[in-house]
Amino acid sequence: MSPLDVPLPALLGQLTLGLINGAFYALLSLGLAVIFGMLRVVNFAHGAQFTLGAYGSWMLLAHAGVPYWGALLLSPLIVALLGMAAERTLLRRLYGMDELYQILLTFGIALAIEGTLMVAYGSSGLPYDNPIPGGFNLGFMFLPYYRAWVIVVSAVVCLGTWYAIERTRLGMVLRAATQDAELVRSFGINVPRLITLTYGFGVALAALGGVLAAPMDQLKPLMGGGVIITVFAVVVIGGMGSILGSVFTGFALGLVEALAKVYAPSTAGVVIFLIMAIVILFKPSGLFGKA
Amino acid sequence: MPGNKSMHAAAFHLLLITVGLAAPWLVYPLLVTKLLCFAMFAMAFNLLIGQAGLLSFGHAMFFGGAAYLTGHALKVWALPVEMAIALGVIFAAACGAVVGLLAIRRHGIYFAMITLAVAQMFFYCCVNLPQTGGDDGISGIPRGRLLGLVDLRDDRVLYYLVFTIFVAAFLGVLRIIHSPFGQAMRAIRDNEARAVSLGYKVNRYKLITFTLSAALAGLAGALKVLALQLATLVDVGWAASGDVILMALVGGIGTQLGPLVGAGFMLAMQFVFQGYSQWVPLLQGLVFIAIVLLLPRGIVGAFEQRAGSRRAAPASDEEADPADPGDGAERIEPA
Repeated sequence: MSPLDVPLPALLGQLTLGLINGAFYALLSLGLAVIFGMLRVVNFAHGAQFTLGAYGSWMLLAHAGVPYWGALLLSPLIVALLGMAAERTLLRRLYGMDELYQILLTFGIALAIEGTLMVAYGSSGLPYDNPIPGGFNLGFMFLPYYRAWVIVVSAVVCLGTWYAIERTRLGMVLRAATQDAELVRSFGINVPRLITLTYGFGVALAALGGVLAAPMDQLKPLMGGGVIITVFAVVVIGGMGSILGSVFTGFALGLVEALAKVYAPSTAGVVIFLIMAIVILFKPSGLFGKA
Repeated sequence: MPGNKSMHAAAFHLLLITVGLAAPWLVYPLLVTKLLCFAMFAMAFNLLIGQAGLLSFGHAMFFGGAAYLTGHALKVWALPVEMAIALGVIFAAACGAVVGLLAIRRHGIYFAMITLAVAQMFFYCCVNLPQTGGDDGISGIPRGRLLGLVDLRDDRVLYYLVFTIFVAAFLGVLRIIHSPFGQAMRAIRDNEARAVSLGYKVNRYKLITFTLSAALAGLAGALKVLALQLATLVDVGWAASGDVILMALVGGIGTQLGPLVGAGFMLAMQFVFQGYSQWVPLLQGLVFIAIVLLLPRGIVGAFEQRAGSRRAAPASDEEADPADPGDGAERIEPA
């Protein structure tokens, strides 16, 4: 099929949707990369923490009357605190052990979070009202304000994170600690606290993704579990070595998925995994990974 | 006293075989059949992680894939049961070879993520293929006759077939573990760079192990289909991959009897929480956390460790393979 066979509005519409999916991929893979950079742990609980962020905003609204704009800050903060508590009490005991135990622990945490939500709220969906109804009429398509907001927030947060890690003093200390924790400690910097805060920040990014996703679809206990597997593929494609790399890969793969929906609908569900397979074959360390 | 030790082991295995033979007369035959199928699945996973140190998050793909194909072969193509099982196993092995080829290019965490992602792709395909029956799955699968003679419709007859295959698989795995191949595999697990420098073709060993493990998982899936006469999306979903990890972990990674104990634990948990199934994921999560933190060697591993420390001098090397304690000869001494 040639590109001309598809009406331009349909193509642009799908690309916009792809950009939104890409925003979530970017936010989640960024969080994974931040955590991995410092802790050398792949956070298998990331998807569940995304879900927890979404349910957090729902609970804040239902039980405390906190509106969306408050939840946008509060929910990631609360989920991050829970994450930091888990890091201090559980994850910390496993540093230095075989990495498979860390994967299994975070996988167990994910099951526990999702299981708790399932017991508390059941597996049928909870609705969350769109805080900014209406949208732009772009001529070729109708773009809801909320979707535009998601893209903007995600892009700003991703770039902000990149700036904080690559261009500030705090980020410099953080990067130094990843390279040689012992040396950084000898300068009087509390590395274990840095690790806890880094984990908290990565978890907050996941939870923020959840809050952003809440008004777009119904809330379900497994909503993050489905997304995170795709994000793992994104992370394998991009490699976790570079902050900007994971952001770029996230957005790019969202767009690729959209193009697949237009030109080869039957492959839309698997295209990211196919790309992953090809990347592993030709550049095993990932597009932005260091070997 | 190696003679004494091996006599104890022989007596213990004899006891296990006796229990296995008597089991279908003591409890529901289908329940113990299911137990053996899940134990075989866990055994496949355990072979991979215990011997090669590879953590697969996608083993449901082989289990469920073989289940679908065997079920389809029996129901739609009406193939003889031996051929249907063989087809399932070959399919799982072929999938294992392809996935293994991809996944072993990366180590550790990436290996886990790649297997998870490929399994998810496989899951999507199963959802969309008309042959799998979508959400309904394939049900009412006929069991047929073994070699055209033995009617497998009797649950006890089927149990003895599965039991025989299980024992054979168990001994087969044991043979692999104690073979030079198994020793090389553990050498790679413990120090890959050293194994490479000694001239071992590391990737070939990993690929063969992965394929063997996939084939065994497929055998488990094919037998499960025969027992329950049902193949569904649950068999290929990532939750099934999580279940098998939990079974191996609870039983004890790298132990011989761990998979059996883990499968028993899993079925017992499902039985106790019958009717409260929404609580199961939460409970599984808590079990995961508790085992990883408190009992990383699993139930069997902890027992073996206690028995080992009671017997004589404490184990000299805590990294020694729990599967054969005291036998340190096959390990390369660390530098």
